[in-house]
Amino acid sequence: MELKASMAGSVWKINVAQGDSVNEGEDVIILESMKMEIPIPAEKTGTLQKLNVAEGDFVNEGDVLAVIE
Amino acid sequence: MDYRDTLNQKIESIKSGGKEKYHKQNEEKGKLFVRERLALLFDEGVKIEDAFFANCMDDTLPSDGVVTGIGRINGEAVCVMANDSTVKAGSWGKRTVEKILRIQETAMKLEIPMLYLVDSAGARITDQVEMFPGRRGAGRIFHNQIKLSGRVPQVCLLFGPSAAGGAYIPAFCDIVVMVDGNASMYLGSPRMAEKVIGEKVSLEEMGGANMHCSVSGVGDVLVQTEQEAISFSRKYLSYFPTNFRQNPKATETREAKFIEKSVTDIIPENQNAPFNMYDLIDKLIDEDSLCEIKKKFAPELITALARIDGKPIGIIANQPKVKGGVLFPDSADKSAKFVQLCDAFHIPLLFLVDVPGFMIGTKVERAGIIRHGAKMVATMSEATVPKISVIVRKAYGAGLYAMAGPAFEPDSCIALPTAHIAVMGPEAAVNAVYANKIAELPESERPAFIKEKQDEYKDNIDIYRMASEMIVDDVVDPENLREELSNRFTLYESKNVTFTERKHGVYPV
Repeated sequence: MELKASMAGSVWKINVAQGDSVNEGEDVIILESMKMEIPIPAEKTGTLQKLNVAEGDFVNEGDVLAVIE
Repeated sequence: MDYRDTLNQKIESIKSGGKEKYHKQNEEKGKLFVRERLALLFDEGVKIEDAFFANCMDDTLPSDGVVTGIGRINGEAVCVMANDSTVKAGSWGKRTVEKILRIQETAMKLEIPMLYLVDSAGARITDQVEMFPGRRGAGRIFHNQIKLSGRVPQVCLLFGPSAAGGAYIPAFCDIVVMVDGNASMYLGSPRMAEKVIGEKVSLEEMGGANMHCSVSGVGDVLVQTEQEAISFSRKYLSYFPTNFRQNPKATETREAKFIEKSVTDIIPENQNAPFNMYDLIDKLIDEDSLCEIKKKFAPELITALARIDGKPIGIIANQPKVKGGVLFPDSADKSAKFVQLCDAFHIPLLFLVDVPGFMIGTKVERAGIIRHGAKMVATMSEATVPKISVIVRKAYGAGLYAMAGPAFEPDSCIALPTAHIAVMGPEAAVNAVYANKIAELPESERPAFIKEKQDEYKDNIDIYRMASEMIVDDVVDPENLREELSNRFTLYESKNVTFTERKHGVYPV
């Protein structure tokens, strides 16, 4: 399952490392946009297979931030 | 066999609809027969059914594929048209169209709600000259819908396809409920799309219920079963009067849902931190009274019917948990339609404001965020029902305007102590005003300077300063907000204003 950016902004915080398990609803990444914290929660429980971004990166709406299997 | 037997035989035959194999096919898809749907919809079945014998000279077209009549929902009379998909896939012939027109005209004369239970493949091409282009052709259905709009509630329950021109029936309704997996809307089928424009796409992807309720916004409520769709429509209508001349009815008062967290616990003081606006809504409304519209579409803004002390209200609330509660073109459209719906039927409006503003950047400018935002502002501005805006936390920039800020004649704009009203937040403002100065300073001195300027800015937009300048009408204790709103909405009930005199406004779309 792909974790996508819900809006354009920068990656403020990454809460989970590659290989970690994540629960449904857990905030995996927090973006910063319009001065707001934008949590990006996992839609399903699984393991973080791949992380495509680093803190500080700019992302566009729809960009794949991470992959959860 | 006497003439009564003949009559009864004809009635039985027509009542059973199309061929058995089509009933079976529907059953396999979890679809109910049209007459079962109506039995579930009404308190006590269809009371009047006219043109039951339409096209009865042709055995293969019972009732010409549509049931039209009057029944009662929550004790109130409503008109209905319901396609029978066991009869030529619910397609429209000349008499089908005439039956739909007549029931709409009945709804207009009686000023009672009009329900459309749609499950139709569209026009019968073989009958097109009789049913498509003329004065009493299918176009007239939409003309009637537009005339009925705002006069009586119009509800569409979509159980199957709503194809080509038929897709405009849902489009002109106040609300469209779609059954996941079976309901679809499209102008051209996937087969046509492949032939005409070369696109290969599935029906679900192009016109499915989930897509329409979450992406296009043409659908409003996604349900899993037909029974769920029907019970939703009965609940939905309980918030509405029968027509625009009447007021919505109150029900028994219920306490708000018990939640251990206090309002103070729910709302973080840090303006940039997310929280769940549904928690605050639960604290304000009667338990189980939330009836959400477009839940899956533009979820950064919540639009929902609800009750406070038994009386219906419409809530427009920013959701800081999704996209920071920022307004986008879709959220602006969502608000515009909902505000019009409530205003048309005298449902008071509550705005719960926690908005960083409208989204900025190339993507939204290209999508026309200015005209979409203007639409949101215009509909809110001209709504004459009682309106209360509650500044929960931040109300920045045009976000304040779009959410019924003081300039737009809300009956009151009240603030919680956590409220911030400003053109922009402190971080953005200090950056905008002192960017050059900050750049000139040695790096070690910058944080202290920025903090000093941000603190000055915060003092300047302090909520008690706003109250002192009479920008907000009151600052209220968050724990008393439900009582405050109930009190104010009750006292505003006699509001009677005309927005302005003219034929109609010319707003952006």
